[in-house]
Amino acid sequence: MTGRESAKSGQKPLLSLRNINMTFGGVRALKDVSFDVLPGEVHCLAGENGSGKSTLIKIITGVYRPQDGAVIEFDGQTYSHMSPVTAQNSGIQVIWQDLALFPEMTVAENIAFQTLLGRWPRFVNYNAMREKAVKALARLDVTLDVDRPLKDYAIAQRQIVAIARALVGEAKLVFMDEPTASLTQSETDHLLDIVRTLSASGVAVVFVSHRLAEVLEISSRLTVLRDGALVGAYSTEGMTQSRITELMTGKTFDQTVRARNVNANPVVLEVEALSRPGQFEDISFTVRRGETLGITGLLGAGRTELALSLFGMLKPRSGTVKLEGKPVHFSSNRDAIAAGIAYLSEDRLSLGLIQPQSIADNLVISSLDKIIAGGLLSDSRKRDLVAQWIADLGVKIGLQTDAISTLSGGNQQRIAIAKWLATDPKLLILDAPTVGVDVGARAGIFDIVAKLAETGLAIILISDEVPEVYFNADRVLHMAKGRIVDQFLPAACSLAEIEAAVYA
Amino acid sequence: MTAILNRIKVALGPDMAGPGFALIAVLVIFSLASPQFFSWATFGSVAFQLPELGLLTLAMLLPVLTGGLNLAITFTANLAGLTVAWVLQQNGGADAGPFAFFLGSVLGVGVGALSGVVMGLVIAYTRAHPILVSLSMMIFLRGLGEFLTRGGDVSGFPAFLQPLGHGSILGFPVPLLVFIGCVLIWHLLLTRMKLGFNTYMIGSNIEAARYSGVNTRKVLVLVYTLSGAMCAIAGIIMLARFNSVRVGHGESYLLITVLACFLGGVNPFGGFGRVIPVAVALVVLQLLSSGLNILGANQHLATAVWGILLITVMVLRFAAGHFKSLKRKKG
Amino acid sequence: MRKAVQSHATEFALLAVIAVISLFLSFATDRFFSLGNAFDLLNTSSVNIIFAVGLLVVLIAGGIDISFAVAASVVQYLAALMLGWMGGGGWISGLLIAGGLGVLLGAVNAFLIHKFRIISIVATIATFNIYFGLLMFFTRGVSIYNLPDWLTARVILFEHEMADGSWIEITLPVLVMLICVVATWVFITRTTTGRQLYAFGDNPEGARRFGINIGAMQFIAFGWLGLMAGIGGLIQAHYAQEVVPNALYGRELDVLAAVVLGGARLGGGKGSVLGCVLGVLLISITQNGLNLAGVSPYAFKMIVGAIILAAITLSNTSIEKLLPFMRQEEGRK
Repeated sequence: MTGRESAKSGQKPLLSLRNINMTFGGVRALKDVSFDVLPGEVHCLAGENGSGKSTLIKIITGVYRPQDGAVIEFDGQTYSHMSPVTAQNSGIQVIWQDLALFPEMTVAENIAFQTLLGRWPRFVNYNAMREKAVKALARLDVTLDVDRPLKDYAIAQRQIVAIARALVGEAKLVFMDEPTASLTQSETDHLLDIVRTLSASGVAVVFVSHRLAEVLEISSRLTVLRDGALVGAYSTEGMTQSRITELMTGKTFDQTVRARNVNANPVVLEVEALSRPGQFEDISFTVRRGETLGITGLLGAGRTELALSLFGMLKPRSGTVKLEGKPVHFSSNRDAIAAGIAYLSEDRLSLGLIQPQSIADNLVISSLDKIIAGGLLSDSRKRDLVAQWIADLGVKIGLQTDAISTLSGGNQQRIAIAKWLATDPKLLILDAPTVGVDVGARAGIFDIVAKLAETGLAIILISDEVPEVYFNADRVLHMAKGRIVDQFLPAACSLAEIEAAVYA
Repeated sequence: MTAILNRIKVALGPDMAGPGFALIAVLVIFSLASPQFFSWATFGSVAFQLPELGLLTLAMLLPVLTGGLNLAITFTANLAGLTVAWVLQQNGGADAGPFAFFLGSVLGVGVGALSGVVMGLVIAYTRAHPILVSLSMMIFLRGLGEFLTRGGDVSGFPAFLQPLGHGSILGFPVPLLVFIGCVLIWHLLLTRMKLGFNTYMIGSNIEAARYSGVNTRKVLVLVYTLSGAMCAIAGIIMLARFNSVRVGHGESYLLITVLACFLGGVNPFGGFGRVIPVAVALVVLQLLSSGLNILGANQHLATAVWGILLITVMVLRFAAGHFKSLKRKKG
Repeated sequence: MRKAVQSHATEFALLAVIAVISLFLSFATDRFFSLGNAFDLLNTSSVNIIFAVGLLVVLIAGGIDISFAVAASVVQYLAALMLGWMGGGGWISGLLIAGGLGVLLGAVNAFLIHKFRIISIVATIATFNIYFGLLMFFTRGVSIYNLPDWLTARVILFEHEMADGSWIEITLPVLVMLICVVATWVFITRTTTGRQLYAFGDNPEGARRFGINIGAMQFIAFGWLGLMAGIGGLIQAHYAQEVVPNALYGRELDVLAAVVLGGARLGGGKGSVLGCVLGVLLISITQNGLNLAGVSPYAFKMIVGAIILAAITLSNTSIEKLLPFMRQEEGRK
């Protein structure tokens, strides 16, 4: 099973790791891991959260020191461990998920940042920095005004600046940690082109991404980690998404289409010709009691903006929204919540939950009126309410007063769902509910969604992962460039059909 | 035994460790250093001096919990005092009746609340940093007060105000009773009311609170309004204690109130902190200054010791956190 | 040119406001718009500008310092005592002593912040109380009037009698101020260490991953402010011709307001020397103009406070935000 196909190709690896072990506080984060990257290849590193991907990257870039016995071979040199300086000097660069850029500084300063480093003060040579920056951008076939502060540019351009910075460092091997997480499709395409350019010029790229479609498209080989151990290294030729999922989780998922026919149920939400110029135009659809309506489409298609408009946080320019037949106008999300609409944010870490605060407080924040007794908040009512929801949704927690940040992604998402259910919604909008949730825990979330639909709740499920909506929604709308372009019934079509339409 | 200890720990909360430890240390050190320390005189002076600083600290606490700061508290208190003084003077000065005082107090609290409303609106709607907004409000109020009083004192108040500053009920000084009342109100507000709950949530993550349906602007405006109103109560107590109002009275308390909040375990970034530990921290500060006074030092030395105490507590907290994470790493 | 206006919006806005106020004041009073008055303004603002550029460096590095003004008082007092023991000294030894003591006091803050991870506002509020409390305790609030002659003698570097009989003067404080301003500008815009400070203030975690020495950054930022506070303290003693222990008490917040008015951001990564100088000047010009216009001195502060409040409100508000019906883009930050 652990096929070492690198041996087959006969090429000498650029980077070769053997016997990598790492322990944190008694927990083994990496167990005897090996990892090879060939010169100039695009290699994907896959695994669930906590599988050891980022630990491995940190060992290669010298942030962590592996246990004795480790062998790191890079570009003909052998090391027992790396340091950030040796890693950078020998040509290993990382593009972190948060990019580690400096928004107030100019593009040139960001790209040629290395020239600013050093213990002793020197005078800055701005002309040399500018030249370096322009040269690095030219290699990527991009032109940016290098004298403007970086904050003037959007996330996609910042990504390019981060790549250019890696090139200034004479990279032979570049790690990209979830580089496409916040890019739109055309931006992602551009980025993938850049990765191909890099690879063609002899720079090896290790890609860490949870978007399996992308992984299959861009990389030639794939290394899978699970629970800190190596599962194997594979060629991506002939590999499928479900096979990768299986390798990552060690389980097989028999996904069946859950779609039911709910056309007899009364309509809960009716949207007609809703527009917000520049974000979405002329949107019309209905959601019925007990129905799960999937909305899919690429990032930037206007899905989140549409959801926020239904939730009262954005104002549509024109069109009508009817809730149970009555037209509604929300001046804030408080009106929407009171009317029975709940919205689970796509950004759980900074918008969905208040990470430092307790599990209990996060759960009751949107339904404080329920725990009032005699005009005051009641601790015992709060405790009971929280205990009931935790039992209902099968959340594993320590104490109710623990910070929510101590929970896993999947359990956090369950609390976030419970928070909205506690407001007695008629319509629940789930925006990308599985982001940052392990593949294994995702099924649990969708089981909850299915149960909720059974009880008659109307659900809008937004996701850019087509299989999620295909398997879990009764009806799927395809949104592109701010418009609904098509509707699919999972019961009557194949996954490939929808995927072909969305990724076309 | 450990179970009981744990229960006490949970009841007191982890933020009680710093001020609790300091309280015991101060009591032990001073009672060893001076036999006079454990006396009614000491506790009497603490009881009379605590309320001014204490009320201002309560006014500082709410904005700090939202992740902000209100640097205008002392001058808000002065202006509220001036308002009361003005109403009293309009009604005969020393001969003014209780109703004039009542009217003045209502207006004074209104003036304090107004300064809070303005700050709250600016902070809530422009997202300007609270330090800057309250700093400019402080400069403005100081200027306004000095302009109105030409830098002088306003005095000559009716005799019935005397007990409010110096009297006792059942042996408890009146200002202390006012302070205790306000502590209880603040405690109730923060632990049992929606506004208090939302104050903590906003302090940790204002955007996430807004997405959860919290009216964040309303909460911010109310927090600064209540802060301003509490300043006014402090201003009225100060008026009664000094029997005069001068712009600049209590100015030196400004940064001490922030110090007291941090000493009381309030998170400097907002979101966490309770009233009772802050009240204990205030008692510690006041005991320190009274104790040093008995030993012959003046208030200035006490100020320096307060600073040292804050650093000591912060260093101990750092060391405790460090120790805990070491223990966790070793499993 | 457009690019310059865009990237220095705060500075241009301040210049415009200063121009408008100056224009108004030159019509309202006949004395305001004279060279003599302009040089007066520079002379009186020097100490605040020296403090301001020092504080700017700490703000850029993402910190805040409440203690620098009382630290300057401590430096004044100690320097006066040490110069007395030395039997006089001179400008060189005076500046060295004051600067050195200032750096030392700044390093105390940096030590607490870096070593024990105490956030800067907490640490400096504590040292504020310690410095001031100890100063007042040991001095018993007594001022020193008996300063060395070189320190109290006015040093006029340039003077010129105007046609109307008024004098324009450039005094030593202005020269020292100019040196401090230029040095700070060169330091933060032209040296690698200065740029590292910006980067550290802008994104501390990013800076750390690049191997920038975080501890060094704290010591450099607070040390620089200490240096400026020490020098500013000595110049203030020279200007006032006395050392009063609580003379600078409360100055920290006025300077902070001016620096932030000049575009520096609490939280780090942003701010310029030009903006910071203009911020101080705007406040001095307003006060000076109100003074010449015969407004009661008691009203100055009120008007200055109102101006700062308005400036902060406006600079944080775009026009759309003030007009509710145009509020479209509010849902996502």
